[in-house]
Amino acid sequence: MADDILIIGAGQAAAQAVQSLRAEGFEGPIKLFGDEPYAPYQRPPLSKKFLAGEIGYDRVELKGADFYTQSNVETHWGTRVTEIDRRQKRILTGDGRGFDYGKLLIATGSRVREINVPGFELDGVHYLRNIEDVKSIQAHFREGARMVVVGGGYIGLEVAAVAAKRGLSVTVLETADRVMARVVDPIVSHFYERVHREEGVTIETGVTVAGFEGTDKVEAVVSGEGKRFPCDFVVVGIGIIPNTELASEAGLEVSNGIVVDEQCRTSDPDICAAGDCTSHPSAVYGHRLRLESVHNAIEQGKTAAATLAGKEKPYNQVPWFWSDQYDLKLQIVGLSAGYTQAVVRGDPESGRSFAVFYLKDGVLVAVDAVNRAPEFMMAKMLTQKKAVLDPARIRDEAIPVKEIAG
Amino acid sequence: MAKVTYVENDGTEHTIEVQNGMSLMEAAVKQGIPGIDGDCGGACACATCMVYVPDEWQGKLAGIETMEESMLDFCERREDNSRLSCQIVASDAIDGIRVQMPESQH
Ligand SMILES: Cc1cc2nc3c(=O)[nH]c(=O)nc-3n(C[C@H](O)[C@H](O)[C@H](O)COP(=O)(O)OP(=O)(O)OC[C@H]3O[C@@H](n4cnc5c(N)ncnc54)[C@H](O)[C@@H]3O)c2cc1C
Ligand code: FES
Repeated sequence: MADDILIIGAGQAAAQAVQSLRAEGFEGPIKLFGDEPYAPYQRPPLSKKFLAGEIGYDRVELKGADFYTQSNVETHWGTRVTEIDRRQKRILTGDGRGFDYGKLLIATGSRVREINVPGFELDGVHYLRNIEDVKSIQAHFREGARMVVVGGGYIGLEVAAVAAKRGLSVTVLETADRVMARVVDPIVSHFYERVHREEGVTIETGVTVAGFEGTDKVEAVVSGEGKRFPCDFVVVGIGIIPNTELASEAGLEVSNGIVVDEQCRTSDPDICAAGDCTSHPSAVYGHRLRLESVHNAIEQGKTAAATLAGKEKPYNQVPWFWSDQYDLKLQIVGLSAGYTQAVVRGDPESGRSFAVFYLKDGVLVAVDAVNRAPEFMMAKMLTQKKAVLDPARIRDEAIPVKEIAG
Repeated sequence: MAKVTYVENDGTEHTIEVQNGMSLMEAAVKQGIPGIDGDCGGACACATCMVYVPDEWQGKLAGIETMEESMLDFCERREDNSRLSCQIVASDAIDGIRVQMPESQH
């Protein structure tokens, strides 16, 4: 029987798993399958420095070319896995080949949610998930070009920031009554709306996109409310869908992500899953989570590698995330869902530096820190400890961050 | 080009050539050198790339900016000679540098 470890999907989680498998002492064959023509790369720069043209491909690539050779990994770029046959313990690829496995790691990530309105197939309507998408978007980057962003989430707003800096005329359309509504308090949303306006971006909330107009290419976005937004191109950022089909077709348990335990094991003990595609238990929050972040992909990559190598490294960390827009570094630790009180440190009304502490019945569950690294670092420790905080101490900037917990 | 030696906490050494303009964090992660995580890819947002820089090399590096300072300030294993390796950019001036890694980045 093969003792090969096969990895499906070659992204952030997969690259980490390869490194960790070798570090954990696994010496058997590793085969890595990715459907993109590239070796694993980082996605965050795709809406930041790489989109802005400040860094090239060599800086987004996760590992150097010789890393895979040195780690003795057989790589199959541009190869899509089409089936997992659990009875035969083999996977099938799009080009009709089969590979036997001893153990398997599914790290297929997620894909963009597509917008299903009339005109969606017009030229000039783009999404942003991979390097090819960046190239298509950059082709429109000319001073004065009109870009409409559909969706006021992190990615849409990051693209807006980069484009505004490049002198494009940018409009962001958001269905909710404020941007980033899914994850942050209105205080943070309104702060970001203010900054984007100061930078010359038009933000329209409460706008539902009903269709795209144009003959050969997109010329305008039309809203359900009957408004028309003329444009040269569109970037849609309305969320992602986890890539779980391979797993569900193979009969693995899937429910808003591939269901794994804290060791990243799926319902088949020989198969692990890691990254955007999983739903995992969180001891910190007491319920299952599906996360879309680099930290989650890296840590699950490590955990899955340990499990596959016959060791234990349970995944139980407070999630964190960052977003760069203009001169703003937003660092988020924890999940604010269900908070009962949002306490502000600093002044979000003017200036560009403050932090919001989210308390649930007094316990710190999350912090959004804008240009506030100390608050972020402190919050990382305090959320893990489930610290109970006094709102008055949070607000009082005369008290150093390190002494905030008393 | 700078020749850089990364010393793991257990004394294991890794010497590699780093092209000018690339950070010491990026080069280490690309090679899979253990001991530097670099979770945020150099955005100065995670502090999982801390290294110790011997005194004789300190003067050759660019100064510590506010963001780096605040991140370092909260690193559990911070010493006086700590730096974030994503903020150290390779150049001929630091050819031959040795940096020491902490026991863990978390
Ligand atoms: C534009 C953008 C900006 C982001 N910014 C941030 C940020 O600032 N901070 C942050 O923490 N996170 C950010 N993220 C999220 C982060 O990049 C993801 O959470 C992370 O990449 C997830 O890693 P992964 O390995 O699970 O999936 P991916 O990195 O997506 O890798 C999965 C790979 O598997 C491939 N694949 C899928 N199915 C198959 C198959 N059947 N056969 C072969 N290959 C397959 C996919 O094509 C893909 O290459 C951003 C994402 C995007 C798109
Ligand atoms: S890599 Fe994240 S702070 Fe250096």
